[in-house]
Amino acid sequence: MHAVDSISYTLDEGDTVGVVGESGCGKSVHALSIMRLIPTPPGKIDHGEVLFRGRNLLELREDDMRRVRGAEIAMIFQDPMTSLNPVRTVGFQIMETLILHQDMDKGQARARTEELLTMVGIPGARNCVDDYPHQFSGGMRQRAMIAMGLSCNPSILIADEPTTALDVTIQAQIVELVKQLQHKIGMAVIWITHDLGIIAGLAQRVNVMYAGKIVESGPVKSIYGDPHHPYTLGLLQSLPSHGTRKNERLFSIAGEPPDLVDLPAGCAFAPRCRYVVPRCLKEVPPLEEVGYGHKAACWEKARISR
Amino acid sequence: MIEVATNDHNTPEVLLRVKNLKKYFPIHRGVFQRHVGDVKAVDGVSFDVYRGETLGVVGESGCGKTTMGRTIIRIYEPTEGQVYFDGTDIATLKSREMRELRRSMQMIFQDPYASLNPRMSVERIVGEPLEVFHLANKEERKQRVARLLELVGLNPNFMTRYPHEFSGGQRQRIGLARSLALNPSLIVCDEPISALDVSIQAQVINLLEDLQEQLGLTYIFIAHDLSMVRHISNRVAVMYLGKIVELTDQDTLYANPLHPYTEALLSAIPVPDPIVEEQRHRILLEGDLPSPANPPKGCNFSTRCPRKVDICSEVEPEIVEVEPGHFCACHLVQPAAATS
Repeated sequence: MHAVDSISYTLDEGDTVGVVGESGCGKSVHALSIMRLIPTPPGKIDHGEVLFRGRNLLELREDDMRRVRGAEIAMIFQDPMTSLNPVRTVGFQIMETLILHQDMDKGQARARTEELLTMVGIPGARNCVDDYPHQFSGGMRQRAMIAMGLSCNPSILIADEPTTALDVTIQAQIVELVKQLQHKIGMAVIWITHDLGIIAGLAQRVNVMYAGKIVESGPVKSIYGDPHHPYTLGLLQSLPSHGTRKNERLFSIAGEPPDLVDLPAGCAFAPRCRYVVPRCLKEVPPLEEVGYGHKAACWEKARISR
Repeated sequence: MIEVATNDHNTPEVLLRVKNLKKYFPIHRGVFQRHVGDVKAVDGVSFDVYRGETLGVVGESGCGKTTMGRTIIRIYEPTEGQVYFDGTDIATLKSREMRELRRSMQMIFQDPYASLNPRMSVERIVGEPLEVFHLANKEERKQRVARLLELVGLNPNFMTRYPHEFSGGQRQRIGLARSLALNPSLIVCDEPISALDVSIQAQVINLLEDLQEQLGLTYIFIAHDLSMVRHISNRVAVMYLGKIVELTDQDTLYANPLHPYTEALLSAIPVPDPIVEEQRHRILLEGDLPSPANPPKGCNFSTRCPRKVDICSEVEPEIVEVEPGHFCACHLVQPAAATS
């Protein structure tokens, strides 16, 4: 099974790239692959390169990789409750990274942890350092995770659906926080989500993934304003906009996301596609330029527009 | 207290009237399981649902919207208050009478994986309500199940299959078929789309709307996705910490929100348009939802409210009809008649 199948993109210093797709499209696996966190076996990175400042992460020795993880590339996960250790205090878990990567002593690490927790907006951080994860609310836990991710001032933050489990008001707080921090410490962000709304306000570039491949990629404004892949177009059209009325049917993409074990020949989206032509069922369309920095993988991309 | 909005030209028929409904979950502590307090999950809500409409209920997790939905159809026993369904107060009905009434009120659940018994075939799942009420013999039941599956857009040949053979969207359809088996008039939809993929959500929403039109259903649609609620609802109630803070028709709510919480909630919805997002001003709330076991004094929202004044942390605001059909519980919002 190819969970992620030959994807390529670049991330510039300080930029945000959004990775959008439905469950099972490979967006999380792609992030775990960058971090080399795919359990092997059964998983395996068959080929490809992850170049970080010119170094191929996939060729690093495990202990060199460990120095990159957390310190230079940090990751925050969707579910803070399962990624925090329930029997250790939140403070301990953040201090652990600092002591490991930044050679701090306990006292310094503690002071820095308090600083970080305050920075991510946890009120009374001094008193929270010794709390256990279950004593935190969902939003606070997610913020603690972010504090942990940011503890070593990483150059890249990979955020895998960090706000999906949270309410919209808390989500808005977190998004704002990440933007501010990005401004402050100049880190680049890979934001993985299924929510096209968040990406619109956050990212400069968007990669739309479907069945393990990037099907469309480009600057955020041209992806939303002028999509050239029927899947992107369908996703955008299926969202209720301010104009749609009750009993006015929402556009819906027919069918279901494909099973990665049993992908159709040709374009994986073809069975659900409105624009399908015979060629789609036989040949996989390449990702080709449709505009400035904007690529789409569709045989009929010229026909597709909003 | 909410009274019925009297509409001059046509008074819609009230199907469900909820009056001062409360649901407290007791907290017991110590060796003797002393009753030390209550989680006030639903704390005095009142509203009407008209026949054939969709009432959307929005709010953050923990605000009591699911508990309210469940208390209305008496999956939970209400602590206090009345629920009139078609004129009968069901909050005090005996279980036998309630059982009969359950036929007309059904529920669909958030998690399409947990709400279907994995050991039962689709035929048994969808046919079970008919079996429970002895409504059909085996042959009739089979036909009825086939018709129900067709109604929700599934192939009737699938009825011998088991839930694990279906995707999330299809399972939600099975749940819907089951809830339709007894021809209910009211369906409480508890976050029916939040576990589904984006491309599948629109399919289920369209199906719900089609069925409403065909069968004259009334929905209470509980969700936290405000853009979907806006699309499907006629009127929307906004809940915060066990109380309804604002209730009005969907256009007014989105165009002219009165309660500061509604404003913040609406401004937090991300808009899938980078150009709009660039220019938007967000109202960012501070802090988290307080615990319903220990709600703040005065207005529940006072701890996070950007427009808080002194009275807010002292006196709890009553929900009042500010304009015809527009209810709001805030000290800063006064009825139009009083100010003009």
